[in-house]
Amino acid sequence: MATGTQSGGILARPTSIDGVWGWITTVDAKRIGMMYITTSILFFLWGGIQALIVRTQLSHPGAEFVSPDTYNSMFTMHALTMIFLAIMPMSVGFFNLVVPLQIGARDVAFPRMNALSYWVYLFGGILLSMGWLVGEAASAGWFAYAPLTESAYAANRGMDFYVLGLLVLGTSSMAGAFNFIVTIINLRAPGMSFFKLPVFVWMTFLTSILLVTAFPVITVALIELMFDRYLGANFFIASQGGDPLLWQHLFWVFGHPEVYILILPAMGIVSEVLPTFARKPLFGYSVIIFSGIVIGVMGWMVWSHHMFTVGLGTVAVGVFTVTTMLIAVPTGVKVFSWMATLWKGSIALTTANLYSIGFIALFVIGGLSGVSHAMSSSDFQQHETYYVIAHIHYVLFGGSIMALFSGLYYWYPKFTGRMMDERYGKVQFWMLFAGMNICFGPMHWVGMDGMPRRIYTYASNMGWDFWNMISTIGAFILGFSILLLLHNLVRSLKKGEIADGDPWDGRTLEWSIPSPAPHYNFARIPTVTDRDDWWARKYATGDDGITRPVPQGGAYGHGEEDVDVHSIHLPDPSYWPLVTAIGMALMGGGFAFHLAITVVGALIMTVGIYGWAFEPVNEPSDDH
Amino acid sequence: MEATIAPEHDEHATTTGLDHRKMLMWAFLGSDCMFFGSLIATYLIYRGQSLRGPFPYEVFDIPYTSVSAFVLLMSSLTMVLALGAIQRGDERRLRIWLIATAVLGSVFLGGQVYEFTLFVSEGVTLKTNLFGTTFFVLTGFHGAHVTVGVFMLLTLVGASYAGKVKQHQSINVELVGLYWHFVDIVWIVIFTVVYLVEAPAIEAAKAAVGH
Repeated sequence: MATGTQSGGILARPTSIDGVWGWITTVDAKRIGMMYITTSILFFLWGGIQALIVRTQLSHPGAEFVSPDTYNSMFTMHALTMIFLAIMPMSVGFFNLVVPLQIGARDVAFPRMNALSYWVYLFGGILLSMGWLVGEAASAGWFAYAPLTESAYAANRGMDFYVLGLLVLGTSSMAGAFNFIVTIINLRAPGMSFFKLPVFVWMTFLTSILLVTAFPVITVALIELMFDRYLGANFFIASQGGDPLLWQHLFWVFGHPEVYILILPAMGIVSEVLPTFARKPLFGYSVIIFSGIVIGVMGWMVWSHHMFTVGLGTVAVGVFTVTTMLIAVPTGVKVFSWMATLWKGSIALTTANLYSIGFIALFVIGGLSGVSHAMSSSDFQQHETYYVIAHIHYVLFGGSIMALFSGLYYWYPKFTGRMMDERYGKVQFWMLFAGMNICFGPMHWVGMDGMPRRIYTYASNMGWDFWNMISTIGAFILGFSILLLLHNLVRSLKKGEIADGDPWDGRTLEWSIPSPAPHYNFARIPTVTDRDDWWARKYATGDDGITRPVPQGGAYGHGEEDVDVHSIHLPDPSYWPLVTAIGMALMGGGFAFHLAITVVGALIMTVGIYGWAFEPVNEPSDDH
Repeated sequence: MEATIAPEHDEHATTTGLDHRKMLMWAFLGSDCMFFGSLIATYLIYRGQSLRGPFPYEVFDIPYTSVSAFVLLMSSLTMVLALGAIQRGDERRLRIWLIATAVLGSVFLGGQVYEFTLFVSEGVTLKTNLFGTTFFVLTGFHGAHVTVGVFMLLTLVGASYAGKVKQHQSINVELVGLYWHFVDIVWIVIFTVVYLVEAPAIEAAKAAVGH
């Protein structure tokens, strides 16, 4: 507990964890996780509004709801917002909330860098979205193909905010990923070997490795684009011998691992929720882990399936067809393992479980359309049509988002001490499920019928009118269901049923501590002997094969009452991460406005880094 | 009877026994390999594709660049000597060798600046052709990494004078050392792939004009 003894003054190290300043200077992973989740939900709403604008424009042919340029910005920014500012940060929010608890740690390896990751995300997200405020949002698609993005064709600052925003956000993602790699390797409780780790922790680990290896590639692509735009370099300028395809290769070498970054955490969440609500261990634990590793490795070998139609040549197209089809195998292995987990389980259809089961159904549909894309000959027809949009949304919405919402309902009690409303949750789930399918289902056949992507309107004699209207209605049903979710989240904070430490009769260590989690996590770090160690403390299977509760089960050692929690040392709060983040944001943003801002930002960042480096993790204090 | 048991007290225990920061530095360097790898890949993809000159063989001076590569290599030696010194508790020699490393690194950077201005005067700029674009961005980012390294070395020197780098804190020197050696290794790769591969073309060009 932080009770330093220095004198006051603005520059003194913060010592209190109370109040707004306590949140701003926090280095506690649980608080940082909650900030990530809250911010990502807000960006998700913003991305959703952009989607509803897109769907309104497409609801009938010849609509003039928005201009073509605004429409282009809408779908570009919708994708960027959802991918980089909603799904990824929500996943990182869960990493922060859940991973330290599941491995039996008190926090992550680098608490201040953890805070930095959050603040850089927030400022980077604002920078990425800044285009809207100055009337020049990026409009070349989220994958920003050259040469459309070069100064000759994209002269306004929209692309600058794209480049700078993503560069800044990349550092946030990488810093967070480095933190979790070291945390998972180095801060496991005694006895917690790698093959006793919960699957969510494994998926966090694999995702983090993908993040730190994939982001440098897009960093280089963005730097090269920046040099072309600002300094007259020739990376993607065909008239100087450059090749616009180089952008595509660099982008997709990043982009494909990126989609696994988007789905692996979701698969981790589902792998926690299903066993809990089936009251059975996860089927095929080792196989699920190995298939996750295989997906992570093979994800590097499939990138050009996004480029089948650019003229790569038969050999290249053939190779990537084969690798892409192969990568469906480990994913299928996971799906069968989840189904086997549910099989003959004692299933409780809580809202969290409904979302995870819904994930399996919808992600499989998205996977099937994905496999049809893998076949390059069919992809030639599907590429650039709404069929791809159907695929994307089934895997990202029906997949990632469904699993993340499952995580919200599942872990909400642990961090707020209250349950979300189950009746309300079920209504909300079914409305979302219906809306999602009504919106994205028809896109499969409208796409196969030839409707291209990224068109702001379409002629009325193409035969697409009816299904576009249906999709738009589905989108609004979906939007309404999200409002219901928000209502449930907010209302339950004050009115939800009080939750105890283990409301679901869970299996993993986070359920062994009170709800809300105390700031020190564990009074005594547990010694782990089994996979699903918490379950093993509560239940034992006798020789007769019947599982019974263990007498006096549910306690580790002496119990928390006789531990002096005031002598547990936690890292002290700090404002240097925030200062450094402000510096980094100004450095990035300055390139789009005035270089003086960049210089000032660099100075602030340097001061922040030095202040941080020379500040001890804990201030010396009197009470130990 | 109230027995308060203090929780386990070894806060620096790590599961593997390795310091967190060392693991972080290795992970960061691994990721930086992907960064330089992408820039080198760009250079290789565009090698020989420039539509107009000057071409590498017309401007490269292998003996000159070899000397500056040697200087950087020697700076890794002095870095190792600095780490050895602080691990023995010799703070004075730590500072001497750290300053030597920073000086050698700065000589390398000075050499780069001279070489770049020479190339510009010979007509190779970022805008001229693919060679100019890819060369300057690749070696420029490497130079930026070296510059950050020099700042870190000088910071360590200053911290040592302030008595903050003691024998039991040698890990801080080790971390900067890891970064410094990485930057040196990247230069070995760049020197080989960018400069030395051109050597036959340079010899051929010289022979063609009768040297």
